[in-house]
Amino acid sequence: MGGALILAAAAGALALLLLAVRLWVVLSPRAPVPRRSLSLLVVAGSGGHTTEMLRLLENLSNAYSPRHYIVADTDEMSTHKINSFEQIRADRNPSATFPEYYVHRIPRSREVQQSWLSSVLTTLYSMWLSFPLTYRVKPDLVLCNGPGTCVPICISALLLGILGIKKVIIVYVESICRVEHLSLSGKILFHLSDYFIVQWPTLKEKYPKSVYLGRIV
Amino acid sequence: MKCVFVTVGTTSFDDLIACVSAHDSLQIIQSLGYKDSLKEDLQKADLVISHAGAGSCLETLEKRKPLIVVINERLMNNHQLELAKQLHKDGHLFYCTCSMLPGLLQSMDLSTLNCFPPGQPEKFSAFLDKVVGLQK
Repeated sequence: MGGALILAAAAGALALLLLAVRLWVVLSPRAPVPRRSLSLLVVAGSGGHTTEMLRLLENLSNAYSPRHYIVADTDEMSTHKINSFEQIRADRNPSATFPEYYVHRIPRSREVQQSWLSSVLTTLYSMWLSFPLTYRVKPDLVLCNGPGTCVPICISALLLGILGIKKVIIVYVESICRVEHLSLSGKILFHLSDYFIVQWPTLKEKYPKSVYLGRIV
Repeated sequence: MKCVFVTVGTTSFDDLIACVSAHDSLQIIQSLGYKDSLKEDLQKADLVISHAGAGSCLETLEKRKPLIVVINERLMNNHQLELAKQLHKDGHLFYCTCSMLPGLLQSMDLSTLNCFPPGQPEKFSAFLDKVVGLQK
């Protein structure tokens, strides 16, 4: 009885160690792989997050294709904004005949003002649904800017790397609203993203490892 | 163009806002000929007095309209205040509480406000192209 417990504890510790090592390997900076195109997974949050995100995407070339948007299932407005944005893009580029974008829906991680504990539970539930979706899409790049929905997606992307399935580049852009303090998603993903972009010099000072390009939205 | 004005007075009535903003309500409202955006009103305004919402602030400043942001003192720890404060520091808008508003309106000099330069998403795409190894 005692032996089995010790064995289980040892196995657990080993698994954790392996996980930590794999995570360290996945997050280590590496030279960019030259490529001509890459698939993009964009996490669209409610309202302002989506508007900011679409502004970020405005200037991206057609090499970023296909674009997979993930939207919270209760968020009608974001879907509408994305469709308008992609319509304008399609009008500007009539030679592209195949659908270049897809919209996927997942349950929201956390409603505004939701309590901490129930947030953890709904986030775990979101993970349960995010991972199959992320696994199916296997994007080259994940782009997000702070809504709760992005945490399970980014963790799923990391898992793809940890399990040796695919290295996914995770780029996080903190919202322009965040001048002096990071959002909760930002605090979590600061350590888990490949590039963490802030839009105000105060944040760059507080987080020297972040990337500061000025105001980009 | 007909305009629907939805107000909760000085109370909070989230259910009303939620049900009016719901997709089906909005569709019906639109089909009855009401407008779905305040862009036109913003365009016609010479001065905007707004809450501290980031979308409201940025949209107004981008349209180069003078802006006074009034802080809702009942919403403490509102993270959106950070942006309004910074924009005020940079001289792009005025900033006060409800009780200070009459005084500000009396004494303000709109010509002291600085122009709000547009954001530069091209810097983001240039950065991204570089780090993902995109070849031209």
